[in-house]
Amino acid sequence: MEKNPMRRQLAIMRQALFDQGYLDEQFIQLEELQDDANPNFVEEVVTSYYRDSARLILKIEQALERKPFDFNKLDGYMHQFKGSSSSIGAKKVKAESTLFREHCNSGNGEGCVRAFQQLKQEYATLKKKLEAYFQLARQAGPMETACRPK
Amino acid sequence: MNSSSGKGSMSTASSSAAWKTGDVVPDKFPAGLRVLVVDDDPTCLMILEKMLRTCLYEVTKCNRAETALCMLRENKNGFDIVISDVHMPDMDGFKLLEHIGLEMDLPVIMMSADDGKHVVMKGVTHGACDYLIKPVRIEALKNIWQHVVRKRRNEWKDFEQSGSVEEGDRQQKQSEDADYSSSANEGNWKSSKKRKDDEDETDERDDTSSLKKPRVVWSVELHQQFVTAVNQLGIDKAVPKKILELMNVPGLTRENVASHLQKYRLYLRRLSGVSQHQGNLNNPFISSQETTFGPLSSLNGLDLQTLAATGQLPAQSLATLQAAGLGRSTAKSGVPLPLVDQRNIFSFENPKLRFGEGQQQHMNNNKQINLLHGIPTTMEPKQLASLHHTAQSIGNINMQVTSHGAQSGQNSSLLMQMAQPQARGPTLDSTVGHAPRLPSSMGQPILSNGIAANVSTRNGIPENIRAPGYNPVSQTSSMLNFPMNHTSELPGNSFPLGSTPGISSLTSRRAFQEEVNSEIKVPSGFMPSYAIFNDLNQHKPQNWELENVGMTFDASQHSNSLQGNLDLTQSVLVQQGFSSRQVNGQSRSAAVVSKAVFSAADGTEHVIAQNVNQHLDSLLVDNTIRVKSERVADASAANLFPDHFGQEDLMSALLKQQEGIAPAENEFAFDGYSMDNIPG
Repeated sequence: MEKNPMRRQLAIMRQALFDQGYLDEQFIQLEELQDDANPNFVEEVVTSYYRDSARLILKIEQALERKPFDFNKLDGYMHQFKGSSSSIGAKKVKAESTLFREHCNSGNGEGCVRAFQQLKQEYATLKKKLEAYFQLARQAGPMETACRPK
Repeated sequence: MNSSSGKGSMSTASSSAAWKTGDVVPDKFPAGLRVLVVDDDPTCLMILEKMLRTCLYEVTKCNRAETALCMLRENKNGFDIVISDVHMPDMDGFKLLEHIGLEMDLPVIMMSADDGKHVVMKGVTHGACDYLIKPVRIEALKNIWQHVVRKRRNEWKDFEQSGSVEEGDRQQKQSEDADYSSSANEGNWKSSKKRKDDEDETDERDDTSSLKKPRVVWSVELHQQFVTAVNQLGIDKAVPKKILELMNVPGLTRENVASHLQKYRLYLRRLSGVSQHQGNLNNPFISSQETTFGPLSSLNGLDLQTLAATGQLPAQSLATLQAAGLGRSTAKSGVPLPLVDQRNIFSFENPKLRFGEGQQQHMNNNKQINLLHGIPTTMEPKQLASLHHTAQSIGNINMQVTSHGAQSGQNSSLLMQMAQPQARGPTLDSTVGHAPRLPSSMGQPILSNGIAANVSTRNGIPENIRAPGYNPVSQTSSMLNFPMNHTSELPGNSFPLGSTPGISSLTSRRAFQEEVNSEIKVPSGFMPSYAIFNDLNQHKPQNWELENVGMTFDASQHSNSLQGNLDLTQSVLVQQGFSSRQVNGQSRSAAVVSKAVFSAADGTEHVIAQNVNQHLDSLLVDNTIRVKSERVADASAANLFPDHFGQEDLMSALLKQQEGIAPAENEFAFDGYSMDNIPG
């Protein structure tokens, strides 16, 4: 069976995400959990992540508006955010979270702010890429089974 | 998967069989391992659940530590292992770990994105059997069963060493002896463990085999034991474990005691705090006691059950009450519950109930007005409170009367309160002691109507009145005779108002009722009465079955504790009577009546009580009167009170009152009690 061009495209897209460091091993773990019983498991998890982490992002933002910074609180939020991000394999986002926490620990307010900006960017970028990926996967998916070179 | 109870492994049946023989051990294990995973992060939770399912475990997920604990407590044997996140908003993961270790002794695995050494160390020191760094990989989860096995083995070893020969032990030995594979081992220990668990459980828990623990019904006796234990330890020091030990009830678990203790504490707090609503007292308890008391509670809404349950109500009293109530007829109708009993209960149990404190003032202020006002339909809390106070002051004022009018809740509270006060004073003591006194004849189920009130007074009078000559209800006045301040024991049926006409007591009772209602501090003992009263009220507001009233009171009246009883009765009466809502118009008479009561009551205490009584009376009167107008003593009411009371007397009294309020006055020699209060 010839591989569906869409599927091929999907594979390439996916590989790029790994190569460019957006995703790590953990994402593969999620993919491996996907099965017939949960055919869209990965997408569900990622959707859940973006929904829940959005709240955290907001909290951090609000916390960063209050001066002086409550580093403990910020660290706490970020810890949560980091845990979530790492569970879906969001590598770059996780790295930014670690950086942010380091700044918190050293009481570097400015560093926190900068790291947070970076983090938000990575967060948004990944979101877009994953959305595109899943969209393609949905298109390619059903087709895969049905598709046969006619 | 398998839901074999406790086994957690799939092929339970076969496995056990196999295990027993030490032969083939099913390879299914660790499939079916029952895992509880706790994490506040929904994404992580989703992933973990999927991973665990992939490992063929039985997964239950939970995003809050509290919920997890509840689940674990409810289902003691429902899980084999717990996986929990360290950082959670509602409870620290380590705290949860501690709880689980103490209560359920399950292996717990901690998880965190934090891999700092100190955090991991904390996990170790808190007893976690493993620590996973997030993000968790499925490989890490595949082996968590080892912790379950390890723990079991260790337990077994201890078990074995303890010398008890258990099948499990033998099994264990066998398995150990045999050259088995690890799976065989697991199979063995699983069965052994199960057995061991069962054994462990059996001592403490009722139901070890099933996952669900049978509900414990807190019977009166059991509750009494509980209260005794608590009192022995001191409420502050009473911890479930110790209580359990003291109670020494086979099959009772620490958790049963703990939850019961919690309810009990709430109840006490309610008693001490100003009870906002009349029915409050009853409510919390009622629910918990529902099972035990069933019909009774329905009687009054009062938490008779609760009371009983809380031990306030002496078993006997409660039983009596219950019997009375039940026996009478529908509980609703006329809770024949021995009002008196209730009173007893009240009075004795919580004499020190906070009731009295505030009440005094309360009483003075509100009483009159409250009484009357309160009477209609719902005794306002204030009134109740005032009654309460009055009762307090009166000591054993048969506050119950007051509560009578106050709707169900109120009355009870009043009664209770009344009882309380009584307990306070010396009279109280006596009353207190009487708790069990509650006359079984309490049947006076709250004289549904004013009559009841009357009756109650009579009964209530016990407080001081030991006077056998309680005149109960024969006329409101008589009813009011609550021996308000005395803890006299009302002789069984003769409402020994003793001191003063029951009226005063009544009034006070009523007042108390009202007050009580508001506070419902009903001493535990009171509860029952309240319930009774409430019920009575409810049912028969109109049925001022005087007769009943009289009767009931009588019964309950005896003994000082009657005070409590009286209260009950009174409250009942009050409730009943008042609910008739006649208060409005008739308040006058009520007032009159109360007045009479007051006058009847003697003693300084009575003063207050009097006020209360007055209120009560008024209320009662009103009620009675009203009732009369509405329907003179329903038959049912009559049923309520069997004969102790001179129903006829009561009836006549009531009738009289009803016919003409004025007459009441005459009878009571009111001094111009102002019926202003009575809502017209």
